[in-house]
Amino acid sequence: MKQSPPQISSLTAAMIAVRNDRDRDAFAQLFDHFAPRLKGFIMRSGTGSGQAEEIVQEVMLTVWRKADQFDPERAQVSAWIYQITRNRQIDVIRKENKPLPEELGEDPSAEPDASQILAVEQEAGQLKNALGRLKPDQREMIEKAYLGELTHQEISTQTGLPLGTIKSRIRLGLEKLRHELKELR
Amino acid sequence: MTTITHHVPDALLAAYAAGSLPQPFALAVAAHISLCLDCRATYEAHLASGGAVLETSSAEVVSAGLKANVLDLLDAPIDSKPVYQRSGVYPGPVMEALNGKPPRWKSLGLGVRQSILSDGTDGSVRLLYIPPGRAVPDHSHSGLELTLVLQGSFSDETGRFGVGDLEVADQAVEHTPVADAGAPCICLAATDAPLRFNSLLPRLLQPLFRI
Repeated sequence: MKQSPPQISSLTAAMIAVRNDRDRDAFAQLFDHFAPRLKGFIMRSGTGSGQAEEIVQEVMLTVWRKADQFDPERAQVSAWIYQITRNRQIDVIRKENKPLPEELGEDPSAEPDASQILAVEQEAGQLKNALGRLKPDQREMIEKAYLGELTHQEISTQTGLPLGTIKSRIRLGLEKLRHELKELR
Repeated sequence: MTTITHHVPDALLAAYAAGSLPQPFALAVAAHISLCLDCRATYEAHLASGGAVLETSSAEVVSAGLKANVLDLLDAPIDSKPVYQRSGVYPGPVMEALNGKPPRWKSLGLGVRQSILSDGTDGSVRLLYIPPGRAVPDHSHSGLELTLVLQGSFSDETGRFGVGDLEVADQAVEHTPVADAGAPCICLAATDAPLRFNSLLPRLLQPLFRI
C-alpha cells in the first residue's frame, strides 16, 4: 500500500493493494467492511439469510478474482462491488447472465493519478450525502430503483439523484484511459 | 465515437445499471455503451448511486465462518467464462449473444435478412440486414423497441441514425426505417413483444420467420 498517496480512503487503498499486490490483509479489510453491508443490501430484496451469505461469498470472491478490472480513476469500490452484486443476484434469481459492456482495457493505469481518484471519491461522497438529504419517501424510491425493484418506466417518472458532477469526473477518467489504450496500440 | 447523436435515455440506463431491464433491452444497452463513451460515463455514474445505496444499507451480521471460508477459497481454481471481443461491426455483448460465431442470416425477401439472437417470454432480439434504399417493413409496436445501428445508417420519420445511434420507439411511433445509400445497414433490434408487421405479406410470413 506504500505507493498509494495517504489521502485516498483506506477502502480504495485496500482495493488497489488487492489489485496490484494480491494483498490478503487488505482483502480481509474489504471483507470486514463490505460483507455485512452486502448481506443487508441483498436481504432487502427478500432473500433469506443463508442464500444472502452465499451471494456475499461469491461477490467477495469475484472482487478478488476480477480485481484487475477495478479502476479507481472511474469508480469507487462501492460502485464496483454494487455492479458485481447485482450481476450475481440476477444470475441467482433469474438464472441468466446480464449482458455487460465491453471492458475498455485489461490494465487500468498502473500509476494511479491520486488527484483523479480523490475527485471521484469526493463526488461519490457528495452523492451519498445527497441521498441522505432526500425526503424519506423520495429516498425509498431511489433505493428501490437501485435494488432493481422498479421498471424503467417507473424510474422515468422519478426525480433522480444529481449525477452531473460525478458523471463528468468519470468521463475524464474514461478519456484518460482511452488515451492510454491508444498509445499502447 | 464522436458522431453518436442518439443516446440511451437516462431511465433506461438507470434500469440497466440496476439490472431491471428485460434481457433483450439489456443487450441493446450493453452494446450501445460499448460504442459510446457518454453513455458509459452515465452508466458508471448510476453504478456510483447504486454503490451509495449499498454503502448506506443497514449491516447484517454474517456467520462466524464466512470470512474464513472466503479466504480459503481465494486461490481455488475456477472455470473462467470466455470473454467475447468485438468482431467486425459486432460489439462484444453481441458476439456473446452469437456465441462467438457469425450471424446466421435468413432472408425476409427484397434483400432484407434477419438473424434471431433470442426470442422468449421477455421479448426478442435480432440482427437485421437492410440493403440501401430498402425499408424494414412498416411495423407497429405492442411494446417498446430499441434499434442500434452497427453498420451503415437508416432514416425514418424521426431522423437519421448512424453507427452507434440507438432509436427508442414505443407504441406511439408508427415508423418506416429506410436504409440510406452506402453500405448495407446492419442493426440490432430488441423488443419486449413480438413485432407485428402491417403489410399483408410479411404478416403471412410472420409465423414462418418468427418476426
